[in-house]
Amino acid sequence: MKIDASLRRTRRPPALLVVLGSIGLAMFVVPFVGLLARVPWSDLPALLASDVVTDALRLSMVTSLTATAIAVVVGIPLAWMMARLDFPGRPLVRGLVTLPLVLPPVVGGAALLFALGRRGLVGEGLEQATGLLLPFSTWGVVVANTFVAMPFLVITVEAAIRNLDQRYEGAAASLGANRWTVLRRVTLPMIGPSLVAGLVLTWARAFGEFGATITFAGNLQGRTQTLPLAVFVALESDRDTAVALSLVMVVVSLAVLVGLRERWWKAL
Amino acid sequence: MEGALGPGLEADFGLRRGDSFRLDLSLSIPAGTTVALLGPNGAGKSTAVAAIAGLLPIESGRIGLAGTILDHPVSDVLIPAEARRIGVVFQDYLLFPHMTVIENVAFGLRSRGVRRQEAIERAGGWLERLDLSGLERSKPSQLSGGQAQRVALARALVIDPDLLLLDEPLAALDVTTRVELRRVLARHLADFPGPRLVITHDPTEAFLLADEVHIIENGVVTQSGSPDEIRLRPRTPYAADLAGSNLLFGRASHGRVDVESHLLHLAEHEIEGEVLLTIRPSSISLHRTPPEGSPRNTWETTIAVMERLGERTRIRTGAPLPLTVEVTSEATIALALGVGETVWLAIKATEIGVESEGGYTRSV
Repeated sequence: MKIDASLRRTRRPPALLVVLGSIGLAMFVVPFVGLLARVPWSDLPALLASDVVTDALRLSMVTSLTATAIAVVVGIPLAWMMARLDFPGRPLVRGLVTLPLVLPPVVGGAALLFALGRRGLVGEGLEQATGLLLPFSTWGVVVANTFVAMPFLVITVEAAIRNLDQRYEGAAASLGANRWTVLRRVTLPMIGPSLVAGLVLTWARAFGEFGATITFAGNLQGRTQTLPLAVFVALESDRDTAVALSLVMVVVSLAVLVGLRERWWKAL
Repeated sequence: MEGALGPGLEADFGLRRGDSFRLDLSLSIPAGTTVALLGPNGAGKSTAVAAIAGLLPIESGRIGLAGTILDHPVSDVLIPAEARRIGVVFQDYLLFPHMTVIENVAFGLRSRGVRRQEAIERAGGWLERLDLSGLERSKPSQLSGGQAQRVALARALVIDPDLLLLDEPLAALDVTTRVELRRVLARHLADFPGPRLVITHDPTEAFLLADEVHIIENGVVTQSGSPDEIRLRPRTPYAADLAGSNLLFGRASHGRVDVESHLLHLAEHEIEGEVLLTIRPSSISLHRTPPEGSPRNTWETTIAVMERLGERTRIRTGAPLPLTVEVTSEATIALALGVGETVWLAIKATEIGVESEGGYTRSV
């Protein structure tokens, strides 16, 4: 069979798009190449084994995963409420939930401090009742991470629930499933890809959190100094450590994103 | 309204949807009887399904099933969907796409607290009964339309419901499989001992599956009766349109069909054996003198019944083969048609719809 010549021409990708796209790609690649070029490969094992790096890595993993878990526990119900309940002020709620996405994290951290700090609106009562003081503690890091990262989960899951054909939930109910069973066995599995995408974005955002954390939780090694904070400090004093820390962040993030994308992350 | 509840479905209720739509429906379906709710889109059929299934509360009246009140606003009784014993086959089937066939069928049992092993076994039994063995591990997306329909039926029946509710059970299928599956469905309906309610917009489906048909228009039942009563005496223009087709059963051979010893010629020569013929009333013409030209199906008959329906007149002809004919009112006047008059009737062979037919019990 002969393919028409004009058809063959349209099959060739348009040059302009490829050039512009390649420039776009370079914006992502060049900085990482620059980073890799500065890596002190021979000293790397020693640098990675240092207290600053291991403390920061451990703290970052613990706080970002905890924040993601909290987002699951309270963020999914919030997303469900926004998608399914008709209540006054829903547009306002939607705006509030997305606010942390556009707000400078420093402002978010300051707001957290005013609300949950020792003299804060809620913080004072919280300390008196439980003795828990959030600012400058590891829990403070978790709170800051959750505040900044949870919107990703809420927004993705809300959109997915809203787009889900509600008749499936009706079908489940007619088969005898109560609300909870419907959510667990029908709603959440059916939005599975979006849910995973939301979780990955949430974790990634929490893992990289800087502004709100340093404002609200401070920068104490082993307690509140996460990887991004450690990078910031090391840039001032110890370039090689900064590079090593950055490399750890790049490798961990890339491994998670690429690894999950293959299996799950097709919704985005 | 406050009378005792029968063993079947006793529903007499009203509810509003939005600002302008109101549904008022009264249904009484004894066990072992199939009732069809037949109506156009927007007539309130889905609202009726939702109300009976418990997905939408009613505002007035009462719904009772198998001696139990399901919804009765006056006495503040409302049994939620999950506590009703109603097997619903939903439009588009709504099989859970993330579950396998056996998980779909076992879902109702698992939700009702049956242990996993037992649920799987009972679900497997239903798959076997519905000729679905071997598909246990398939995902709904891998099924043909007919298989999906039977899985949906198995999923509805496995919970041993007090009512089988089918919402447009054949609409998702293409025309050729629909004919075949209507037959299969008729058999499975007959096997279900309780009351059965079929919601449909397809008159053929309603007339062939149901013992009793309710026609619903704009939220109100405009006519109820046996398929024959509705077909022969439609009371609204919509019912007349629905009743539309003359349905005839016969035996085809070499392009001819023997219908009650009367031979009809078909355009289709390939089909043999038992057939179902459909002839739209408006495709039949009436003449004062023997018609000339192409129509080969022509005979002399008398006008038994005449009925004005707006711009058209509906006529029932007499022997040798009673048919429903629809002509414009101008034609009625031009031909000076009247009850008892002798006329010539003509049907083009190409205007006769024919489909192979096997398992229906003749209801005509």
